Amino acid sequence: MARWLLRRLGQILPTLLILSFGIFALQQLMPGDPALILAGEDRGDPQVLAQIRAELMLDRPLLEQYFHWLGRVLVGDFGFSWRIREPVSALILSKLPVTAQLASMSFLIALVIGIPAGVLSAVWKDKPADWGINAVALFGISTPNFWLGIMMIMFFSVHLGWLPPSGYVPLWEDPVQSLATTIMPAFVLGTGVASVLMRHTRAAMLTALSQDYVRTARAKGLMERVVVARHALRNALIPVVTLGTIEFGRLLAGAVLTEQIFSIPGFGKLVVDAVFNRDYPVVQGVVLVTALIFVTLSLIADILAMLVNPRLRAA
Amino acid sequence: MSVSVSTIRPPQSPARRALSAFLAHKLAMFGLLVVLVFVAGAVFAPYLAGADPIATSWSAIRKAPSAAHWFGTDENGRDVFARVLFGARASLAAGVIAVGGALLIGVPFGLIAGLAGGWVDAVISRVADAMLAVPFLILAIALAAFLGPALENAMLAIAISASPIFTRLARGMVQDAASQDYVEAARAMGNPPWRTAILHILPNIAPSLLVQATLSIAEAIIAEASLSFLGLGQQPPAPSWGSMLNSAQRFIENAPWLAIFPGGAIFILVLALNLVGDGLRDAMDPRAAKR
Repeated sequence: MARWLLRRLGQILPTLLILSFGIFALQQLMPGDPALILAGEDRGDPQVLAQIRAELMLDRPLLEQYFHWLGRVLVGDFGFSWRIREPVSALILSKLPVTAQLASMSFLIALVIGIPAGVLSAVWKDKPADWGINAVALFGISTPNFWLGIMMIMFFSVHLGWLPPSGYVPLWEDPVQSLATTIMPAFVLGTGVASVLMRHTRAAMLTALSQDYVRTARAKGLMERVVVARHALRNALIPVVTLGTIEFGRLLAGAVLTEQIFSIPGFGKLVVDAVFNRDYPVVQGVVLVTALIFVTLSLIADILAMLVNPRLRAA
Repeated sequence: MSVSVSTIRPPQSPARRALSAFLAHKLAMFGLLVVLVFVAGAVFAPYLAGADPIATSWSAIRKAPSAAHWFGTDENGRDVFARVLFGARASLAAGVIAVGGALLIGVPFGLIAGLAGGWVDAVISRVADAMLAVPFLILAIALAAFLGPALENAMLAIAISASPIFTRLARGMVQDAASQDYVEAARAMGNPPWRTAILHILPNIAPSLLVQATLSIAEAIIAEASLSFLGLGQQPPAPSWGSMLNSAQRFIENAPWLAIFPGGAIFILVLALNLVGDGLRDAMDPRAAKR
């Protein structure tokens, strides 16, 4: 286990290093001179430009800039937002709880819909219920998040007037209002993930149900309900846990457009606003933090899979 | 979904068997038909639209769907049907070109990594891991943001973001194939590695790449719409489904058709592509089909 963990970390560290370099190098793709953007009104003044370049180390060789940048990133300093002159790390920390709430609610919705649907469709394989569940999942995968969001606002906010069309209230200020503002975006995000989870669960259940231990359990005369829930599902959930954790990372990406539609001031809105304002340090910071979250989640998923499956532990 | 292959007929070659399984897959055929309708609509848009997609008209602003304007008109009096038809060009082009680019970038690296092994494999795999660590859409948004807003840049950003999936897929399949007899034979006959890779391994892994490519086109179309929605793709006044949805948001209360039709077009096209992709996968993998 310890050796496996070391080997895994040995893969993750170079990956993160390459990633950090890639994110840093993005700046080089940028059209135009960042000093000119930052100087704003004073763009005609060469002294101001030189000062900005020196401040941002833009006048140094690329590799030196990179190592300086990396050194600060390692201690959690992502630089300053060009737009509002606030530390990028503070901006990210202030937006993260909003997206975390949205993502957790979506994931809960995805689990509650996706896993039972997957189990039922495996149990009722090739029956009308299976086709129905598969069709709904296919619809869920094919619907663009942002369109579903607009359609839901149209129906539930404009037509029925049940829910606020946009905005966000923090959970600790007013829990009811907070849920009212996040339930639609959470549903929009959750259904897409639910469809993917359903497909994973169905495939894993079909594999589990064809195994010998399930036949043995049935032969013992156990009730089908017990066989499905206690024998097949417990084993089928192992790959679903791994894939589910990765889907959680995907939720963060889906949140970008969904937050935009529902005007939720989270992580996704932060990156979009940063893109529009050409606030590149914020874009870099958000991409890096997202990747870190994703890598951490997949490591956790691997460890979980190890813990629940003794056979993997021996390997 | 399941396809039964008759056992009475004489044995077919795998390719023929896959093709006939695909042709017998009703949902996939339906999806293919829908995709072809969209392609035809995009190609013949100037003849079918019946209106200029860019021409504004101050006398026909936000008119509901009618006989004159099937999908209504937008906030500048432009015909929404014409814009949806012409928008199909941006979406289909983005889907096909971006995935073509992703294949061209991703597959060679996957072949090299799988065949070379060692540190070459390690470097390529870590780079692919690094790219896969950033969620697809966020990577595409970041790349498009730095490249600047334009449809070509959006396509490039999507192509780069989608490429590591193909690298990983190709690498894994090459490693599987490397121990197969036909590769051993090709190598024993004195073929250099690149020749073995291109002439012997590539044709054998092509079906799996095709399945992934079809599903990736669907994802790329959503990604293009997302980037255009954010203003990072097709630039106005040229029509694209994503940017149409963006402006539709402001008129959600009194002009719902502005959101319904472009979004519906994305949904139907993506659904059709997913049907084709699922059908191809079932057809290529006899085990999946029997399930």
